[in-house]
Amino acid sequence: MEVTDVNIRLACDRICLPAVSENEVQKLFTPGEDIPTCAGFMRGHGTYTEGEDLKASVAGVKEQVNKLISIKPLKSRYNGEIGDVVVGRVVEVQQKRWKIDTNARLESVLLLSSVNLPGGELRRRSSEDEKMMRKYLQEGDLISAEVMNVYQDGALSLHTRSLKYGKLSQGVLVKVFPSLIMRRKNHFHSLPNGAAVILGNNGFVWICPASGLEHQEDSGSAGGFIQDLEKEVPKADREVIARLKNCILALANSKMMLYDTSIIYAYEESMKFTVTELLLPDVMVDVANLTQHRLHLDIAE
Amino acid sequence: MAGLQLLSEYGLRVDGRRPNELRQIRCKMGVFSQPDGSAYLEQGNTKVLAAVYGPHEVRLNRSKTHHDRAYINCQFSMAVFSTSERKRRPRGDRKSQEMDMNLNQIFESAIRTELYPRSRIDIYLEVLQADGSNFSACVNAATLALIDAGIPLKDYVCSCTSTLAPSQGGAPPTPMVDVNHVEETLGGPGLNMSTLPRLDSVVHLELSGTRLHLSHIDPVAEKASTGAADIMAVLDKAVRGHVAQCLHARELSGQGADA
Repeated sequence: MEVTDVNIRLACDRICLPAVSENEVQKLFTPGEDIPTCAGFMRGHGTYTEGEDLKASVAGVKEQVNKLISIKPLKSRYNGEIGDVVVGRVVEVQQKRWKIDTNARLESVLLLSSVNLPGGELRRRSSEDEKMMRKYLQEGDLISAEVMNVYQDGALSLHTRSLKYGKLSQGVLVKVFPSLIMRRKNHFHSLPNGAAVILGNNGFVWICPASGLEHQEDSGSAGGFIQDLEKEVPKADREVIARLKNCILALANSKMMLYDTSIIYAYEESMKFTVTELLLPDVMVDVANLTQHRLHLDIAE
Repeated sequence: MAGLQLLSEYGLRVDGRRPNELRQIRCKMGVFSQPDGSAYLEQGNTKVLAAVYGPHEVRLNRSKTHHDRAYINCQFSMAVFSTSERKRRPRGDRKSQEMDMNLNQIFESAIRTELYPRSRIDIYLEVLQADGSNFSACVNAATLALIDAGIPLKDYVCSCTSTLAPSQGGAPPTPMVDVNHVEETLGGPGLNMSTLPRLDSVVHLELSGTRLHLSHIDPVAEKASTGAADIMAVLDKAVRGHVAQCLHARELSGQGADA
């Protein structure tokens, strides 16, 4: 009988993040702490006024833009901005819209008028379209979309009116904290190793074989709602995707920012381990440190 | 247990502390990856885990939301192995319901709920080892978990339990801070106070055990209040260390992006 290796580690041997010297702690504020202000300040997120004083309400770094003072916490739920690319899961089909879970405080809304109809027609949505809603997107489907509008209570309104957005078919979803994703011009990356990555601003990262994204762009007339689940993904592609997923989790574990360069470097540094070894905590820290080192060398040049 | 005195003639307590000394506090934030915020806190031998989910949308029971603020749900539970006798504790029994209600009230006054209309914040607390001051340790752990989740608070919520050692040899009864299990069960009042130290306001006050005479309330409450302020200093240092560490890692990795 074959017995697989079992890995047992002591909690006291756990590797923690490296310690930091004291002088870097200056700009930090903790809840209830007074913030020194100038006259005529405006208070932003993460602060509140108690009488005359401005106090912090989260633990984080102070950001000051002229007279606007705000405190940015390390971790928080996703706060949408117009133009962000998000990856979300459909949780409910309502009368003229879908409700999408995007890791925000309230569920996001995808209106029926914000999606492309199959066939690419431009017409008013009729009651037949309402009945066919379930044929386009059902509960449990994953989509990529862009934020069109933010309602007053904070809920987001999404749209998939471009051909690069739409239903996602075969691939892997990785959930990380939203603050680890950098805001960039392009969130759709085609990596040199044969996989494609969508870095959603809400912390959901979608990894799929490179042919998956191309297929979406080709099927122009379908408006991005065709899901090709029959197509078989070869084993080499699957291994690349699994390795990428483990690399992203390793970077997220060490609180490093995720963007295309850091993911590519992490992938290259991880080649000396097997895909399953990348799940061990000390290997994750190792990969993160090597990636950090390489990024440092990049800046030094 | 006969003849065991809460305060010896040298002024030492059962575990060797002075009356105004707290137990050693160790804490760690961000211990779980699935909840939005989590923390682990040890106060002496009392060990507590806290996990915070939210703020998020309410799925099933729409009636449990407020239109103008967040709905807070706390759940307190003790593990079966937490006390010296293994005891199965059903989830919805009276005692834990009362604890849940108290925790709800405490955090409703500390969290800035008006920023999250129609959302819900869940706080789950689990006592892994109970050695006195369980409720206080839970409140402290929940504060750390809320800070870890990035939920805005008015101030730290720090909680401390104090008791009164009976007078011996003519000396006035001495108030003692941060009770452990032996001091709790030997009899005597236990005053549990939760405060917002920087704002200098009390959010919760509970008296359990035997009765406390009116003239003794002030010194005992004063002791609990200073105990809570001391605990806040410890928690603040831990939070600053954690945030500085994460920022350091993020800065090192984020520099390459701008290049």
